[in-house]
Amino acid sequence: MSTETLEQEVVVKEPAEPLLSKRRKKFITDPLNEDNPITIQVLGICSALAVTVKMEPTLVMSISVVFVIVFSNLIISLIRNLVPNRVRIIVQLAIIATLVTLVSEVLKAYYYDMYKVLGAFVGLIITNCIVMGRLEAFAMGNKPYDSILDGLGSGFGYAWIILAVAFFRELFGSGSVFDFKVFEAIGLNVTNNGLMVDSIGAFMVLGIIIWVQRTKNGYVEHS
Amino acid sequence: MEAINIIIRGAFIDNMVFAYFLGMCSFLAVSKKVSTALGLGAAVIFVLTITVPMNWLLQEYVLREGALTWLGADFATVDLTFLQFIMFIAIIAAMVQLVEMVVEKVSPSLYGALGIFLPLIAVNCSILGGSLFMVQRDYTIIEATSFGFGSGVGFFLAIVALAAIREKLKYSNVPDGLKGLGITMFITGLMGIAFKAFIGMTL
Repeated sequence: MSTETLEQEVVVKEPAEPLLSKRRKKFITDPLNEDNPITIQVLGICSALAVTVKMEPTLVMSISVVFVIVFSNLIISLIRNLVPNRVRIIVQLAIIATLVTLVSEVLKAYYYDMYKVLGAFVGLIITNCIVMGRLEAFAMGNKPYDSILDGLGSGFGYAWIILAVAFFRELFGSGSVFDFKVFEAIGLNVTNNGLMVDSIGAFMVLGIIIWVQRTKNGYVEHS
Repeated sequence: MEAINIIIRGAFIDNMVFAYFLGMCSFLAVSKKVSTALGLGAAVIFVLTITVPMNWLLQEYVLREGALTWLGADFATVDLTFLQFIMFIAIIAAMVQLVEMVVEKVSPSLYGALGIFLPLIAVNCSILGGSLFMVQRDYTIIEATSFGFGSGVGFFLAIVALAAIREKLKYSNVPDGLKGLGITMFITGLMGIAFKAFIGMTL
């Protein structure tokens, strides 16, 4: 009895947490570097690499993924106490699939060229492990606002890695950035590397990014 | 003949892993030992061969524009394509559940060997990817089935080969930052180059 009243008093006294407290800032900054979903957690590589031939589709893909992660995190977090544990995977899949359908229909309506380029890979956001992973690991047990921040963090952590991969692949594969011919503009004659346009280039570039980032952070994987 | 061609294409030339990066998550996570890689590969072949034709039927008789004509002339203009993602993932999740139950009943030893991999397959990108590519490429049902089987075989070959290499890799002296994921990405790239040798192969 006495402990209960004590706890209540503590809750009343505690001031409201600021919108961007230290704890909450960590939700956003951690996935960018130390706990990156791609390079450290090894999630979401599936649909990430296929779209990184050029910067533009990669940017669209990143925005779509950030949108899907943030909103699925929010929705799951709102209904987390209503969902029975046994059917949660199906519920999560249904919500993700609905959001992805939304993204795909918007792209089809306003940005048809990009819809054609991305093709099946928009649909494959459904099975992007980052989205499922964040729902399972975070949104199922945390408040809505925290879940939104966590979604933003993971989304940006994913986005900057695939944008970096796309930058190198487009620069050396097509000699351009956002379709702007960089090498021609500064008068250099650089031959395009066909390997970069190919899937093999994506593996190599990501491998190098992982190497650099892990060496910088001193992270070692023990197998 | 076309069907065999599609199997060869799916397994070698348009390999799920090396050409489209599909199923990378489980490809990287479950390739530490050959025995587990064999189990996952077999399960993927199994599920792909079942779900791709199932989703073909769904697409052809329910989702496609005008697909509901068999219900009556009034339905000729109904287009349910926007339900594609939800329906496909539902079919896949249901089929995986069904396969799991059947395997558990019929062959408990195989069930024990596959273990956690069967339920995990529902969120494997290569399964959903197989169905989405099947729609994009306008296959007939026979072609769709052979495409599902061929892609499964491709995934099987890739993951078993990678697991075998990684088992040997344990004894190599890899730089700290490259250990694990980094070196695996490079190996995957090199294996991709090897698979490029099959380009242009037709029967």
